[in-house]
Amino acid sequence: MSKIIEVRGLSKSYIINHEGKESYTALRDVIAQKAKKIFSFPNWKSTNKTQEEFWALKDIDFDIEQGDRVGIIGRNGAGKSTLLKILSRITEPTNGSIKIKGRIASLLEVGTGFHPELSGRENIYLNGAILGMSRTEIKKHFDAIVDFAEVERFLDTPVKRYSSGMYVRLAFAVAAHLEPEILIVDEVLAVGDAQFQKKCLGKMEDVSKNEGRTVLFVSHNMGVVSQLCTSAILLNKGKIDFNGKVASVVDKYLRNQSATNDFAYNESIKGLKPNFIDSIKIKNTEQQYISSFSFDQHIVIEFCCKINNYTPDLLIGIGMQDKSNSRVFTVVKEIDFFMDNSTDQFRGELTLPKSLFAPNMYSFVFALWTKMGVIHDVAENVCIISIHDNGTSLAAFEGADYGSVIINPNWKSI
Amino acid sequence: MKNTKSNNEDWDLVLESGRADKHYWKDLWRYRELFYILSWRDIKVRYKQTVLGAAWSIIRPLLTTIIFTIVFSKIAKLDNPGNAPYALMVFAGMLPWQFFSNALSESSNSLIGNANLITKVYFPRLIIPASSVITSLVDFAISFLILIVMMFWYQYIPSWHIVFLPIFILLAFMCAFGVGLYLTAVNVKYRDFRYIIPFIIQFGLYITPVGFSSSVIGEKWKFLYALNPMVGIIDGFRWCILGDPMKWSSFIFSFSVIIIFLMIGITYFRKMEKSFADNI
Repeated sequence: MSKIIEVRGLSKSYIINHEGKESYTALRDVIAQKAKKIFSFPNWKSTNKTQEEFWALKDIDFDIEQGDRVGIIGRNGAGKSTLLKILSRITEPTNGSIKIKGRIASLLEVGTGFHPELSGRENIYLNGAILGMSRTEIKKHFDAIVDFAEVERFLDTPVKRYSSGMYVRLAFAVAAHLEPEILIVDEVLAVGDAQFQKKCLGKMEDVSKNEGRTVLFVSHNMGVVSQLCTSAILLNKGKIDFNGKVASVVDKYLRNQSATNDFAYNESIKGLKPNFIDSIKIKNTEQQYISSFSFDQHIVIEFCCKINNYTPDLLIGIGMQDKSNSRVFTVVKEIDFFMDNSTDQFRGELTLPKSLFAPNMYSFVFALWTKMGVIHDVAENVCIISIHDNGTSLAAFEGADYGSVIINPNWKSI
Repeated sequence: MKNTKSNNEDWDLVLESGRADKHYWKDLWRYRELFYILSWRDIKVRYKQTVLGAAWSIIRPLLTTIIFTIVFSKIAKLDNPGNAPYALMVFAGMLPWQFFSNALSESSNSLIGNANLITKVYFPRLIIPASSVITSLVDFAISFLILIVMMFWYQYIPSWHIVFLPIFILLAFMCAFGVGLYLTAVNVKYRDFRYIIPFIIQFGLYITPVGFSSSVIGEKWKFLYALNPMVGIIDGFRWCILGDPMKWSSFIFSFSVIIIFLMIGITYFRKMEKSFADNI
């Protein structure tokens, strides 16, 4: 394995003007300001203009080996896009250096330079040239591109008449047939229908695994990153937080991102009910209180109830709901299981099985009631958690509704 | 430090602040196919989107020529030093002027018009204004056909000087490109600058000998007048096509101004180029 990209001390700063609302400078304003300066006293400082230096990237170092598939992850504003823009030479670094071996092609947008008036055929050539393909290369791949995009019938139709799906398919097809040593991809997979996304993912995997290309991939979709990449770089506020194997980086990202979301009973109404649910906390098996879990992590629910008026047939029920408030499961337990007679409260823990619940957002319902059906306390829609995909078999369909559980059945050909 | 320097040769590309200059002209050559295809796109789209299409580049210069001939020849009664018909003289000046003004307005808006490319893909940005000037060259070629028709109409045989015409076309190209480069770079930084461009073009028409011969200008002013680069180019066109007398001494001035404009244009464009993606 040889180093294909070497980044040392890379920084990029932008100057932010807090002066006006316009996104661009108008010559009119510049002249007006200059005139103001001439006609005003020298010590009369213009106070409405404040400039601020903003470091989008600060002292980044990393190496990428040939054939690596590297995910670049981080929150919005962490500097991912800036890094990609510098790597693809759209903008220059302020400090530091990047050394690259081989041809680099970047795919920061699907269908860059597509012209709506031109036909599909013409746009293949146009887009190909923009992405850095030569005419002979495009000719060589032309049939494969058309085949991949499934648009043969509309080749001579202007792309403005294409459906958005066809448009995206054609655009990705051109990009997928690029043959650079290094491919930079920015969230382009977030478009298109699930089936096509799957196809794109497959193609990208193919490109890097079988053809030995290096891929840099930016995404918010942790499932896809985990599935596609071998290593990852976690950016945070322009700096590298963590750089290593994809699973550990994704885990760290999710752990950083998740705040706790405890439920606690409103103090002021505590006295109104004799028996109530006092607090609920969600944690992982390492006793960390988080709200964002990866698919293969156990979810542990820690709860505490106050029982001032004990009745022997009291039950606690816990239910999980999906985003549309449909019940995923309900479990019930007699509180006698937790209670010892010395105190007026009990604590309990419920550990949910891992690798079962489909990546999505879920909330919980808690209830204390008696076997006779008398409800003592209910807490609904509390402790919202998210389960992230870190490489399930359905990762490519993340966001689509494929049910609330992922099972691993036995398939058999008969 | 020394160590890293010697290693630099192993790398195909080194990105550092201010380093982009090094490979620029090599890159420009490498991206020539993109230049062809962008020019082709601009031409194709231009004639696809308009109803009259190519007819526009015939109607416009023809109508202007008729009006100029009436105004300057019949009403103002300016004289024509050559022996060609007045309308032909006007048209020989109209050709490079139309080319220049089209190329200038196209190229000065070219960067803004291709903002989506600039923020998403790397290539030498010089390609964009260059390809937009090419589009105007196609218009020029179509208008040139009218000149041939007019030649037949007036039964006028061009002088042998016409073999030098490509040189003056190239000069007109350089002039429009030089000024266009400067304007399009300014346009990225100051967006209201585009309102000034039509004014520059209109103003230029008045100080350029399109509807009259440059010999109308007195001896005293002719060198000053030649500082307008289009004066030398139009004189050259008339010398080539009509065989009008050529004032080489003042042409030197026009020629120098064209070279200076081109150099300023390229220098300024190269200086601003790094920040295009951040400013656009």
